[in-house]
Amino acid sequence: MNNNMDNLMAELKAQIIEQLNLQEVQPGDIDNDQPLFREGLGLDSIDALELIVLLQQHYNIKLSNPADGPEVFYSVRSLAEFITAEREKAG
Amino acid sequence: MSLYITSAVIIRNQTVRKNGSVAFQSSETNVHLFLRAIYDYLEVSYTRFHKMDALNKLGWAAAEFLLQEIESGFVDKESAGIVLANKSSSLDTDERFLESTKSVASPALFVYTLPNIVLGEICIRHGLKGENTFFVTPNFDITFMHDYTEQLFESEAVNACIIGWAEQYHEQYEAAFYLVQKSSMGLQEPFTIKALEKLYE
Repeated sequence: MNNNMDNLMAELKAQIIEQLNLQEVQPGDIDNDQPLFREGLGLDSIDALELIVLLQQHYNIKLSNPADGPEVFYSVRSLAEFITAEREKAG
Repeated sequence: MSLYITSAVIIRNQTVRKNGSVAFQSSETNVHLFLRAIYDYLEVSYTRFHKMDALNKLGWAAAEFLLQEIESGFVDKESAGIVLANKSSSLDTDERFLESTKSVASPALFVYTLPNIVLGEICIRHGLKGENTFFVTPNFDITFMHDYTEQLFESEAVNACIIGWAEQYHEQYEAAFYLVQKSSMGLQEPFTIKALEKLYE
């Protein structure tokens, strides 16, 4: 389970860098628990759109309630936990 | 009117030169990694940097070195301007954006597809609120930049001005930034075409 979560978080870091065009950022620069928005990577509302697209493209998950966004996209870990929960729901 | 070049920064060939002396060097040949190495060297926390494209990062880095130790000399940022030029505009990012439209167009890329964004990022960072202009010209026309800047001062559009060249396309990059002020401080070089050319060498 922990390995799965670690692998998913590593995968997400690479996808975030690719999707958001963070050209000089390495996966190791992103801490699992650091805030993605404002501080941390300094992401903004446009990046939130990119992350929603990322969820749909790579994981076939739609964020049905936009109000959940701040919690889901808080960090790489929260995003990975959300994906894991959605996968479990889908069976 | 007496004007002075109070600071000058040249970035090319993996090297940053400030006022004629090497201020930073890196072995990184990749433009993105070189600019990241500058960011790390400066030891500033500015998360917007990571979101910038290479042209923005180049302009941001040049302005950081240019204004180091002299920022307090900007008495009135309300009328401190910035005039830059390059030859490739934001073509590097424009091309990547065009490529992205073949699948899902990236809004994060789109927001940077203008050279004017370089000016905006520098103005936000340093609080400059004066005249700002970005020219796209075939080469760094020092005579034109000199004459245009003089006119800005004479018409009292600015009381200090960053002028220069910020060019980046794929792995080719070069920045030449000068700070022009009415008072003789810092580099204390009279603002002449010859002085601009000498510092650009």
